[in-house]
Amino acid sequence: MSAATETAKPMAPVAGGGIAGSVRDSLVVAKRNLIRMMRIPEMVIFGLIQPIMFVVLFTYVFGGSISVGGSTDPQLYREFLMAGIFAQTVTFATAGAGAGIADDMHKGLIDRFRSLPMARGAVLTGRTLADLVQTALTLVVLAVVALLVGWRTHEPFGKVLAGFALLLLLGYAFSWIGALIGLSVRTPEAATSGGLIWLFPLTFISNAFVPVQGMPAFLQHVAEWNPFSATVQAARELFGNTAGQQMESVTGAWPMEHPVLASVLWSVLIIVVFRTLAVRKYRSATA
Amino acid sequence: MPGAIYAEGLVKHFGDVKALDGVDLDVPEGTVLGLLGPNGAGKTTAVRCLTTLLTPDAGKAVVAGTDVLKHPNEVRRSIGLSGQFAAVDEYLTGRENLQMVGQLYQMSAKAAKQRAGELLEQFNLADAADRPSKTYSGGMRRRLDLAAALVVRPPVMFMDEPTTGLDPRNRQALWEVIKDLVGGGTTLLLTTQYLEEADNLAHDICVIDHGRVIARGTSDQLKAQTGGERVEVVVHEPGHIATAEEVLRGFAKGGGGTTVEEHTRKLTVPVTGGAKLLAEVIRELDARGIEIDDIGLRRPTLDDVFISLTGHAAEAEDTAGDAEKEDTK
Repeated sequence: MSAATETAKPMAPVAGGGIAGSVRDSLVVAKRNLIRMMRIPEMVIFGLIQPIMFVVLFTYVFGGSISVGGSTDPQLYREFLMAGIFAQTVTFATAGAGAGIADDMHKGLIDRFRSLPMARGAVLTGRTLADLVQTALTLVVLAVVALLVGWRTHEPFGKVLAGFALLLLLGYAFSWIGALIGLSVRTPEAATSGGLIWLFPLTFISNAFVPVQGMPAFLQHVAEWNPFSATVQAARELFGNTAGQQMESVTGAWPMEHPVLASVLWSVLIIVVFRTLAVRKYRSATA
Repeated sequence: MPGAIYAEGLVKHFGDVKALDGVDLDVPEGTVLGLLGPNGAGKTTAVRCLTTLLTPDAGKAVVAGTDVLKHPNEVRRSIGLSGQFAAVDEYLTGRENLQMVGQLYQMSAKAAKQRAGELLEQFNLADAADRPSKTYSGGMRRRLDLAAALVVRPPVMFMDEPTTGLDPRNRQALWEVIKDLVGGGTTLLLTTQYLEEADNLAHDICVIDHGRVIARGTSDQLKAQTGGERVEVVVHEPGHIATAEEVLRGFAKGGGGTTVEEHTRKLTVPVTGGAKLLAEVIRELDARGIEIDDIGLRRPTLDDVFISLTGHAAEAEDTAGDAEKEDTK
């Protein structure tokens, strides 16, 4: 092996720091995570199978049995359902982000990053940005499958896109919860299950799969204040998938009366809280 | 003037475990310090404190002229860290890994790309540069990890057990790389459990145990401190052991005892007098008609130093486990 270094003089670094430096470092890390995703396509594919199964199973098994606005017309349920499944799918980004970051901790990569003169939040921001790209791809595939089983939107294209934007924002917010979980557990396996278990009650005690009207009064309150429900409701409105539904809140909950605004506020709040906690955790994180 | 790596009274506790209990270090510029100690002694914790990964509970640390606690990000620009396990992204190619690290050291994309190419050449990884590092052998991955630590030619390097788990050939190869590096003026702090490695690479050695420095000096100083030379004899006939023991007792330093290993027919006696004395021993054994299979003058190894200092061998597993887990938490 030949000479490893000729001189021991440090290279002059490009000026870093500040917001520009932060953005730059985050993009470098995001690129790394996207390359990983492309080289492990099975992860992306498995990530798609569950939501596709949900679309098909709920449409054909429950559609026809679940009453929307007093009618069991399967087309009504189909339109009711899709925003719920889309929203549930984006929240699964939690598990991906968590497992990825736990894996980086486990393999010593977080140590390497923390020893580099880079922006403190960039490792986590880069990861969540890459997850956002993956979530967007998943939504595209899922929307096509939904169209194939008979889902239709009834609003202008711009509004439909706004609906998807709210879903992506929710997914991005949840990936920050995943980042915190990933930094807090010891193994990637724990991060995956820790990122998923609580998502089931969260997404089922909501307006995503069945109308809230049929729930016990106590659960109605929980469901209507659930941050997840606000995005589902907002997406439904923006897609125009409200036929036959009682759109006013059962319990008089504010988020159900202003779902679009509530969805944005909830997501931003989650990002602010969990990004702060996760970056703080990262600063002291050790494998 | 303090050296390129300087620590004074470093303390770090994890609950009740005193991982570091007042450690002082001073590594002059351009030299190698071997930090030696059993599992759980605090080696990794010391490296983590000096590389900004852990904040010590008390004490002072200065690396490359910058206070580690006050200006951690400044310190990060001047150091390279190569850890216990190769911290490279296994799904990225060697080239992509090095480019990423370069960019995160705030090099421009172009400069990072060029530097990655140079390092891949230097570390004999050019042929594998565009394969995911997952496909690399253990030795190649370790070289890539080391290359990543050298991206900005840092004046100060930290290597935490760089050759653990490598086969002897790869270990030798990595030693050559490290020697070249130090020849170029880099200051290096190296932790290791392999005494041979410290003997080979380090100018100065610091032995730590239970979070404290228990000895420091050059390899020769430590060996001299432990005790002098000894003669080892392996006799051919088991029946000759008793006679041989009698002969050796006559040469023993200060009336020291002879140790006998019956099953290997090996006798050891502490001596002074070097090669001249060895010749006398041979003549005497010959005169008594004792046939010998092997004889030699042995100087103490760092292993002897280690055992005499810590009361256990460097790679012994008895102190491993819990303490080391705390160490890396």
